Amino acid sequence: MSNKEQYLVRTEPFYQAQGREVILYEAAYAARLPVMLKGPTGCGKSRFVEYMAWKLGKPLITVACNEDMTASDLVGRYLLDANGTRWLDGPLTTAARMGAICYLDEIVEARQDTTVVIHPLTDHRRVLPLDKKGELIEAHPDFQLVISYNPGYQSLMKDLKQSTKQRFTAFDFDYPEAALETQIVAQESGLDAETAQKLVKIAQTARNLKGHGLDEGISTRLVVYAATLIKRGVAPQDACRMAMVRPITDDADIRATLDHAVDASFA
Amino acid sequence: MVTGVRQVPDARSRTYEHPQVQAAWQTLDCGFATVADVFEECIYAALASFSKPQLDAYLEAARVIGKLGRGPEPLLAFLEEWPTVVAAASGDQEPLLPQVMAAIRVMQKSPNSKAITPFLQTLAAVARRLQSAEQVEVYVDIALNLMARTTGSIHGHHTTFPSPGLPHFFEQAPRLLGLLSTAGLRNWTDYGIRNYSKHPERQVDYFSLQSADSRAVLQRERHGTLFADVERKLDLYLRALWQDTEQLVPYSTAFDELRKPIPYYDRLGMRVPDVFDDVQAPGGVVGGLDRYRAVLAHMAGHRRWSSSIIADNYSPFQRMAVEFFEDCRIETLLIREYPGLRRIFLALHPLPGEADCDPETTSCLRHRLAMLSYALLDPQHPYTNPQLLDFVARFHQTLGDGVSSTREMADLALLYVARTRRQSDQLARVHFDNTVIDYRDDNRHLWQYIEDSDDEDFFDDPAKQNAKPAEVQSLPPRRYPEWDYQSQTYRPDWASVYEALHPSGNPADIDRLLEKHAALAKRLKRLLDLLKPQDKVRIRYQEEGSDLDLDIAISSLIDYKSGATPDPRINMSHRTDGRSIDVLLLLDLSESLNQKVGAGDTANGQTILELSQEAVSLLAWAIDHLGDAYAIAGFHSNTRHEVRYQHIKGFSERWDDTVKARLAAMQAGWSTRMGAALRHAGHYLEHRRADKKILLLLTDGEPADIDVTEPDHLRNDARKAVEELAARGVTSFCLSLDPKADEYVRDIFGKNWRVLDRVERLPEALPSLYLQLTR
Ligand SMILES: Nc1ncnc2c1ncn2[C@@H]1O[C@H](COP(=O)(O)OP(=O)(O)OP(=O)(O)O)[C@@H](O)[C@H]1O
Ligand SMILES: [Mg+2]
Repeated sequence: MSNKEQYLVRTEPFYQAQGREVILYEAAYAARLPVMLKGPTGCGKSRFVEYMAWKLGKPLITVACNEDMTASDLVGRYLLDANGTRWLDGPLTTAARMGAICYLDEIVEARQDTTVVIHPLTDHRRVLPLDKKGELIEAHPDFQLVISYNPGYQSLMKDLKQSTKQRFTAFDFDYPEAALETQIVAQESGLDAETAQKLVKIAQTARNLKGHGLDEGISTRLVVYAATLIKRGVAPQDACRMAMVRPITDDADIRATLDHAVDASFA
Repeated sequence: MVTGVRQVPDARSRTYEHPQVQAAWQTLDCGFATVADVFEECIYAALASFSKPQLDAYLEAARVIGKLGRGPEPLLAFLEEWPTVVAAASGDQEPLLPQVMAAIRVMQKSPNSKAITPFLQTLAAVARRLQSAEQVEVYVDIALNLMARTTGSIHGHHTTFPSPGLPHFFEQAPRLLGLLSTAGLRNWTDYGIRNYSKHPERQVDYFSLQSADSRAVLQRERHGTLFADVERKLDLYLRALWQDTEQLVPYSTAFDELRKPIPYYDRLGMRVPDVFDDVQAPGGVVGGLDRYRAVLAHMAGHRRWSSSIIADNYSPFQRMAVEFFEDCRIETLLIREYPGLRRIFLALHPLPGEADCDPETTSCLRHRLAMLSYALLDPQHPYTNPQLLDFVARFHQTLGDGVSSTREMADLALLYVARTRRQSDQLARVHFDNTVIDYRDDNRHLWQYIEDSDDEDFFDDPAKQNAKPAEVQSLPPRRYPEWDYQSQTYRPDWASVYEALHPSGNPADIDRLLEKHAALAKRLKRLLDLLKPQDKVRIRYQEEGSDLDLDIAISSLIDYKSGATPDPRINMSHRTDGRSIDVLLLLDLSESLNQKVGAGDTANGQTILELSQEAVSLLAWAIDHLGDAYAIAGFHSNTRHEVRYQHIKGFSERWDDTVKARLAAMQAGWSTRMGAALRHAGHYLEHRRADKKILLLLTDGEPADIDVTEPDHLRNDARKAVEELAARGVTSFCLSLDPKADEYVRDIFGKNWRVLDRVERLPEALPSLYLQLTR
């Protein structure tokens, strides 16, 4: 099906494994167990799924969840056309039919009544009832559900129900240790390892302030941004301020401290 | 000679050899012998720096001062000090002299003529501090303003009296200007005038720097970077760059001019000066904040990499050498972490000249070590001494890529002392100039003395038994189990919780607090309005929505089929925004809440309890506005037999005067048996029907009680209590006011906690936190 083609990950994404997650994921996929990826923002969760989809040769359908999302946005809805109404599958339904990996990014952002539509897909029945249409879809044998979730989120409202959590196997992601992160940054941006290492050091410095004025430290994503800017000729100090310090805080004291760390890192 | 009568020859008849001095003496027309005695010297000094017109003006001014009728003192002071004043103010007498003379005339005409002498006596020292004629002018202006505003007439009398503070002001001026800019001096003076212009004695105390507020205002106005202003930045610095969370304790530098204290750390914290001025270094200016950072980095490095060694086997010289080597090892390691530190260290490090110290007459070991220290940090050092170069190489070799150790540095230092020894090292005269590295701590942590037994002043706080009489206990206690992590079992019915209505105070106090934060409340209100629930509504006429709106779809379809333009907005969507949240705010009311916020001079006088009161009032107001159901309670404990749970507001009570009255009477005492209080609070929440049930705990420390000596016990019990609550659908969240809480709050509350580093911000932080948590 050409439709399926469009969801395949064609070229190998760069993914630097942090541990045994690749093998473990393959095992989970072999058993078609749903997977939950936990971890702070920008630590490589999406990249990992993309890589696994490529490695397994399965199509990947990604849905970025948000507060306003409703169950219909996942499952599908009726549309109107010249001949009357017409049903249009939502991404979850599409994935279940074609046998794709369906990745619901930041699932906690969605309202809890939205979240429950995934339940029947996650137990042994692997079905998706389309209530409005009166259809019960059996998931394709290749279908798998993956969700991501950032437990560092400081809202008590944005937590998954136990009944949802307990339907998934889970991986804990975190920012990689320095050497690995340096490698990732260098590889992603083409920056030399020595400078990349300094950027990582600054990111780690900021991560020490988590819970003390910072909700999140500097993510790998931001480090890659800074590296990319430097690679394009921006002065390192400027790049760090712009891509790593300014985005994460409005607190003047913290900004001063991190700016100092930037200066102290580039002699 | 007849007793009782002394021959006082008129000094006017004194003759001098030098014709110019003689001429000057005639101009002066002065009869004081004490003046005549020093006159020649003064004129020589003046001749050395003054031109002829300048000299004439100087003499003319002196003549006027001599004729004020205030004896020889003012004249002596003027003659002796003036050339220095002019030199300090970059040599130009012109704008300055008329200014000073005008001031003298004003004083002479007022009842303050007595102050002229101290004015002139300290003027040179003042000018040396101020360094410019304009600045001296500002100073004179401040003094005259002080005079004008403190010279007065006693009510109803016509006699005026002199300013009591003015002479003291002049006496203190050099010292004041050592610490203050002229702007600071003006503020300090204004404070004294405003508060004590009508209290002669207190005015004297103020201007002679005797009173506490005088010193406090001085401290506040000091130039340079004040610790109090950058404390949070420093805490963040230490935590972010060095993962160290030690308490910072400032020591005073204002009143200890002789014994300049140096930074150090001990069990109570890292001690740093209360202010750092910027310094002009060869490589540019190093700001006060960076000086603090250098001090903290250095100490943090010791804390990470140094170990202590036994001092008794070493001579004082050897110890000094060990300290230099060890300090350099630490700084080398610090620079490896953050290479930019090298610039700051080097800018602050003295760079002694190789030939500065004469080994024939002086002990030069210190000088040698200071040069070595510089060379160890700066690969581009200018030194050529082969021994020095040899030890620089050995040092770097010893470190290699590793971190080496204090032990290895000690061995290297001993070798160094042996290899470079000179007879003159024993001399009593030690070369100190340009060898003091003032960002380094005193290294007391490096040495362990076997001889005199440790200075571990072992004293346990005598268990603070507040002699509060047990109040009437209204309800029988409820008993809760406590978790014993060692045996992994519960101790059944272990803690007795007594619940009582909190006593009442004056509700108007709370309204006043709310008024005080009116601006903040306004800001909060804007946020609240955004969060306010709108009940589930159907939104029709959407081009895109979650569902087809059949009515409209059909009419649209009819339009379409009949050739009219159909309305494309045929969908609808729902918004289910209703909040269903119940929250119980649990307040730790233990003794420690009575502590004042801030340390030493920065204390603003409020206790944590008072701040909590403000914060809770604001939060209550905010939640009330949102319409969430909420309850408030406080707790403290006095052993497991008496855990008090004080009911301040129930879920069904309204935010009214009864509740405010209880809040107004909030008091703190005793300890923090957290687990029992959490369980008791939890049993109220458990039966509520909201979707989300939140227990929000506000505390300033970790669980503790006087009948428990094992610190981990109550911590583990609290963790268990949080788990129990979670299993029953209650989410706990802790806002801790203990900046060092990370380790144990995480243990207890998992990810549901936040530490508030600046307690002063509590009134703002608590409501904001709540809004953020329930968004
Ligand atoms: N292990 C890794 N291998 C390769 N690249 C990585 C890795 N970890 C992080 N990155 C880089 O970080 C960027 C952000 O990663 P990604 O988008 O996967 O984050 P995320 O965890 O999904 O974040 P969010 O929760 O915000 O969606 C990637 O684009 C990539 O450049
Ligand atoms: Mg992502």
